[in-house]
Amino acid sequence: MIVLQVSMKLEMKDSPGQLVAALKPISDVGGNIIAVIHQRDPDASDGTLNVQIVLELPEGRLDDLVTLLKKQGVHIQRIGEERLLYRRTVILIGHLMHTDLSDTVDRIDSTGFAEVSELSMSMPAVNERSSSRLTIKSVSRGNMEEAIAILRTVARQKDLLLIEPLEESA
Amino acid sequence: MKVALIGLGSVGRGVAEMVAQKDLGISITGIADSKSGFIDDAGIDLSALLEKKRSRGFCGTKKILAPDVINNADYDALVEVTPTNAMTGEPGLGYIRQAIKKRKHVVTSNKGPIALAYNELRALAEKNGVALRFEATVGGAIPIFHTLEHGLAGNEILAIFGVLNGTCNYILTRMADEGLTYEQALLEAREMGYAEADPTYDVEGIDAAIKLVILANTIWGNGVKLDDVDRTGINLLTPDAMRLAEDEDCTIRLIAEAIPKKGFLRVAPRIIERNHPLVVEGTLNAITIETDMAKQITLIGRGAGSTETASAILGDLLFIRDRYVERS
Repeated sequence: MIVLQVSMKLEMKDSPGQLVAALKPISDVGGNIIAVIHQRDPDASDGTLNVQIVLELPEGRLDDLVTLLKKQGVHIQRIGEERLLYRRTVILIGHLMHTDLSDTVDRIDSTGFAEVSELSMSMPAVNERSSSRLTIKSVSRGNMEEAIAILRTVARQKDLLLIEPLEESA
Repeated sequence: MKVALIGLGSVGRGVAEMVAQKDLGISITGIADSKSGFIDDAGIDLSALLEKKRSRGFCGTKKILAPDVINNADYDALVEVTPTNAMTGEPGLGYIRQAIKKRKHVVTSNKGPIALAYNELRALAEKNGVALRFEATVGGAIPIFHTLEHGLAGNEILAIFGVLNGTCNYILTRMADEGLTYEQALLEAREMGYAEADPTYDVEGIDAAIKLVILANTIWGNGVKLDDVDRTGINLLTPDAMRLAEDEDCTIRLIAEAIPKKGFLRVAPRIIERNHPLVVEGTLNAITIETDMAKQITLIGRGAGSTETASAILGDLLFIRDRYVERS
């Protein structure tokens, strides 16, 4: 199952029971609340409450949630959807620039199910090996395994040292 | 219990010293080093013999060699602690076969014979009704095999993760803590006596891979060999890579990993969270066992040293005495 991570900024009336009413539709659509950031805006004199919510949701249920929230009289100010939920960090060592780093990254990005979301790199003297840290995101655990397998192949082809994270639990 | 001791390097000396020092009910009736041997059915005066070894370089008379001691001494168990040869297992492998065929129990710290010929030796020991134990081959003083066999009896072992080479762990600890290059940390390890003049065996992960093979064969009986291990050493690591890991509250350690269900049998440097139980300092070893009932158990201890290794060997000997010798 593909799970989305969604962050929402909601605006509702600042009266008792409103927040609970706004959260209920999330469980109704099979969502899982990760965080509720609840802050009264000191400038808001109009009696409204702004809440940021981060939740996980099965793919395809977001429209239902939006409809239910509207029914509760909750105004959705912003929705940010994050499709790629699995995150893994690896390190690559070697002649990264001479072996076409953008191709290395593209081999992951072009899969459609995984992407390199962060890249930190150090480059010592010109002919020395450089080191980089890549954060990869993917939509499922299986896709992550596939993405790592692709990186292993690339590392072998380009004579790079790939350092994978230790993932326990057999 | 009477014991014959083959090999009088650092490990053999540790065993002899602890047997002499402690009142364990063990007497050594035969000893051989690479050049000489000595037999006394009434029990050898160990401090006198060790003194001879120290002063002139060999322990007994040159007319008696290891095979003579194994054949002619009066003993219940052989302690075989000659140096490891990962390619042939010799001379230890021959000594072990010889003793088992004479229906003697065998305790060894020698990785070569166990990694190369575990299935054969186990079958031979079974056929002859004797025990073959090798606690000292993996993790030094850590009682990993006793834990697996007895403490975790009835559990299905799902996976093993280990820091099995103290030299690599020392080098990586120093790179992480002091920002040293690999070359600097290796030099320091040599000065401290933690690394050999030729460090290949350690830093390319061969030693850790041999230990992983021994663990896998013992736990799952899958007959894997050194060549089956997917192996990457630590010699190409950079201080920058270490820093990139440390920036994320992680570090890099050489991890041996066996997960049969996923087909994983590998030794490689891995990114690991700093507060993970396998992240141990200096030359320490650590092993995490994952099982169906107990879930995860991690053992940490000294992976090398004369007395530390003697601890594992004596544990095996006393287990054999309690289980086999006193009853017969």
